[in-house]
Amino acid sequence: MKIPFLRDGPERTPRMINASILRGSFERRGLLIGAVQGGVGVLLALRLGYLAIAENEKYRLESESNRVNLTLVPPRRGWILDRNGAPLASNRADFRVDLIPERLVDGDATIDRLGQLLSLEPARIADIKDKVSTARGFQPVEVASGLGYEQFAALSVRLPDLPGVVPQRGFSRFYPTASSVGHLIGYVGPASAEEYEKDPNPLLITPGYKIGKDGLEKQFEKNLRGVPGARRVEVTAGGRIVRDLETREDVQGQPIRLTIDGPLQDYAARRIGLESGSVVVMDCRSGDLLCMASMPSFDPNSFSDGIGGVEYAMLRDDERVPLRNKVLKGLYPPGSTVKPMVSMAFMQAGIDPNETVFCGGGLQVGNRRFGCWNRRGHGSVDMAKGIYQSCDVYFYAMAQRVGMDPIAAMARRCGMGQEFPLPVTSQFFGTVPDPAWKMKKWGREWQAFDTVNATIGQGYMLSSPLQLAVMASRIATGRHVMPRLTLDTKPKGFETIDFPLEQVEYVRKAMSDVVNGPGTAGRARLPIDGTLMAGKTGTAQVVSLSISNGKSGPWKYRDHGLFIFFAPYDNPRYAGAVVIEHGGGSGSAYPIARDVMTFLFDPAKGLEALAALEAGWGGTAQQRLEARYAAYAAERGASVSRPPRREEEIFDRVEAEARRAATQPEAIADEVIAPRPEANPSGTPPGAAAAPQAAAPATPAPVPPAAEISE
Amino acid sequence: MSTIAARGIVPEPIARQPWEMLIPLLLITGFGGLVLYSAGGGSMQPFAMSHFIRFLVFSVMAAIIASMPRDAVRVLTYPAYLTVLVMLLGVEIVGQVGGGSQRWLEAGPIRIQPSEIMKPAVVLAMARFYETLPSGMIGSWRSLVPSGMLILLPISLVLLQPDLGTSVAIAFGGVVVMFLAGLPLWWFLLAGGTGIAAMPLIYFFALRPYQQARVTTFLDPENDPLGAGYHIAQSKIAIGSGGIFGKGFNNGTQSHLNYLPEPHTDFVFASMAEEWGLVGGLFVLTMYALILRWGWKVANESQDRFCALLAAGATATIFFYIAINLLMVMGMAPAKGIPLPWMSHGGSSMMTNMICIGLLMMVNRWNRMAPRRGLTV
Repeated sequence: MKIPFLRDGPERTPRMINASILRGSFERRGLLIGAVQGGVGVLLALRLGYLAIAENEKYRLESESNRVNLTLVPPRRGWILDRNGAPLASNRADFRVDLIPERLVDGDATIDRLGQLLSLEPARIADIKDKVSTARGFQPVEVASGLGYEQFAALSVRLPDLPGVVPQRGFSRFYPTASSVGHLIGYVGPASAEEYEKDPNPLLITPGYKIGKDGLEKQFEKNLRGVPGARRVEVTAGGRIVRDLETREDVQGQPIRLTIDGPLQDYAARRIGLESGSVVVMDCRSGDLLCMASMPSFDPNSFSDGIGGVEYAMLRDDERVPLRNKVLKGLYPPGSTVKPMVSMAFMQAGIDPNETVFCGGGLQVGNRRFGCWNRRGHGSVDMAKGIYQSCDVYFYAMAQRVGMDPIAAMARRCGMGQEFPLPVTSQFFGTVPDPAWKMKKWGREWQAFDTVNATIGQGYMLSSPLQLAVMASRIATGRHVMPRLTLDTKPKGFETIDFPLEQVEYVRKAMSDVVNGPGTAGRARLPIDGTLMAGKTGTAQVVSLSISNGKSGPWKYRDHGLFIFFAPYDNPRYAGAVVIEHGGGSGSAYPIARDVMTFLFDPAKGLEALAALEAGWGGTAQQRLEARYAAYAAERGASVSRPPRREEEIFDRVEAEARRAATQPEAIADEVIAPRPEANPSGTPPGAAAAPQAAAPATPAPVPPAAEISE
Repeated sequence: MSTIAARGIVPEPIARQPWEMLIPLLLITGFGGLVLYSAGGGSMQPFAMSHFIRFLVFSVMAAIIASMPRDAVRVLTYPAYLTVLVMLLGVEIVGQVGGGSQRWLEAGPIRIQPSEIMKPAVVLAMARFYETLPSGMIGSWRSLVPSGMLILLPISLVLLQPDLGTSVAIAFGGVVVMFLAGLPLWWFLLAGGTGIAAMPLIYFFALRPYQQARVTTFLDPENDPLGAGYHIAQSKIAIGSGGIFGKGFNNGTQSHLNYLPEPHTDFVFASMAEEWGLVGGLFVLTMYALILRWGWKVANESQDRFCALLAAGATATIFFYIAINLLMVMGMAPAKGIPLPWMSHGGSSMMTNMICIGLLMMVNRWNRMAPRRGLTV
């Protein structure tokens, strides 16, 4: 090698270069280049060998994972069944379309195209665009489900032009009785980003897969979920499926067997009608909750397709709070429905039930006079008359004698202020006030009028319809009945005897007289021979007399109507509670209880009564909800604000509002409540309300044709 | 071949052909056609048939080149170089007028990519230049500046297109001829050192973003498996998953399911290795080695400087294609649109390589007609 500046230095002497030197240089350098080329060749051969032999295993695997695509087949969700095995939530085979936002090329154009192909409403298209713009890339967004085969086929052939669109055959959740079970069962929806972060299961982001979002669907998520199937397919880089390699069937989730009686639940929900309220019915012999209806409600079928902006706005704006489960999260002053319980407390405290008190329309305690609802007075009143005539003075007088503590203890024993071990997402447990509680909460001494208020279920006392129903069944049976919601739990509390039989029988008789005797709810008499229902009315005041008389005026100032009941009175089989928010008094509650119990003993008679009523109301609850939605969408559809991004927010908000609403009676808790007249103390013959109209027999629960349901 | 001729079975005109190169060439082209048959989804259309047709057409062209007389070539070298240069300029003008970058000229159904023809043309012109340069001037500026211009002019035009790969290929052929012409070694060392030092500057100021992306991807392919690194990653998967004997003809999943990008052009070696494995790869390497060895043999047997430099330059040009393509598909060079000679589907590279083969055969014929004379200029 000639490196002149190294060998010769800067004063390089010019050397004669001739052809032979150049030839030699050519040959040497040619050899060098040839050697370099050979070297590259060897390097390539070695690299090839390394890739093909040493790394073969790794790359073979990668090539397989390229080629083979594992798709999860969402498992069919377990059914939710009522006590007789009829589905309250089932699955329906359908064709559906989802969008994967991260695969979209031109989102808006694709959605518009889809809207055109599937003839979606403008509001729905706006909802989808909104969701796509806020969804995380991998979260599938549902476009439509329950498509007809024609639409599905029309879409499938256009797929190459619509990247990010995933049509598939799948199953969607179906609730045959729709809004009747909305609060109880909840609904399903695609997993949110938070849920996926908590449980990074690839199933959660599989298009078409939904998890329980509320109610029992959420509570029993683990059991209902099942095991996903898998489908191994060979795919091209573009995602086109070349062929199926292997398929593993999914395992359907376990069914949940509830104690709920489906037709009864539906009946009760429909019977609530235009009112806002709840009906709870229990089986006294087992604690089974037969019915937990809360109306108005939302349609879980429609929620499961994604909560639309218009739909949400309509439900949110409704002062009857259709999103709140009033059975568990409605808290009301129980009003006079506590009187049988207070009577039990008196007897436990040693008061002879036959001891009488004279009611002259009021009672003087210290320098204050507490009025009875009946200003003219009841005359001589014993415990039974105190119950069936709901005489306030009797209870004022006896309560002064025994004091608040035994009454509060009895209220707790009867289930008030108690949280029950039920599989529900949350339940409010209300307040049973006593002197210690008041001191702690409000820092004030317990006053005589506090006791007076508490004995008639006003003041600070708050309970949920579920607690009232439990109270009814504990009083009816004398046992510490615990409610249960699923058939696989054991009935509990029956070994604990709360009250001696003679006390129980005394109260039963008095409560029967409320309905069947000279009581306050004569119109509640069952139109069934030989079956007598016992009950107790209650009217709970929510604002002071200076704001409203409780019967008319703005809806939200009207009195709550309450009724607890059991039947048959002498050998109780069923017990329950009806609470009608702002119904204007107990007169709004006990006709519902009467019809619900009629339905239990004689469904045909019950339905006859309901059909007549629904004709006047404008259809079943579900029909009215749909009509209202259509009207609302037509009127306000364009101007709705969008629903919260996270569905959790919706229900957090509902819960917060429910808590705030429960504090409403606190405003008047510190004043003396002037009891409101109990509705029609004079009874009307039973059956009068159920107009004998030749109405078409309504079906108890719209169970869909068998063909529509598949597992 | 002398043995075949000696037996007298084969007629002399056939027997005297350079079969030691032609047989590997036919084998590699045939094998390439087979791979393209598979890459075309197991059919002659759209790749394999046109591959064979092109090979036939360009074989005729190579035969014509091979039969050119020495003096004519000497006379035509510079005019040919100039013509190609003008065509390159034409590409620029058409590109400017038409808007956007363009690399070819269209004449009826034929599309000519002048930058491809430039590769052998530069080698020809350089060989011609050093042939006429008096020996004593090697090492002086006169041995460098004119030839440097010969390389830089076309390179700058090609860079404008912009086509980095082809300009490097042109430079490679030219520099190899310079090196073999005997220019002082330290010039090359100096240039190489400067080049390495300038690399960061080139990277940051001269390369376009997509070119920068190729370089960074090459340096760190795992960084971007679905973007620019995707091609190389899929190519390595194809080669590695082939193993020793491959997945079998027509059974390549990487190429057939479109995971391998361009399985018929740049990544044809990967589609081949997937189906034929290490064995197929070594076969291809061997065939190339035989062809290149023959090229060097022709260069060494040349009687004069022109022939020697021309043959070596043509061999180097072919080598450049093969080496860069194979280094790329095996993940050892940045992804660059350089096809694999006689296997990739594509007319331009087939033409360039067949011109080189034609030139080599021409020199080989001259060598045979007039054995090496010794030390004449």
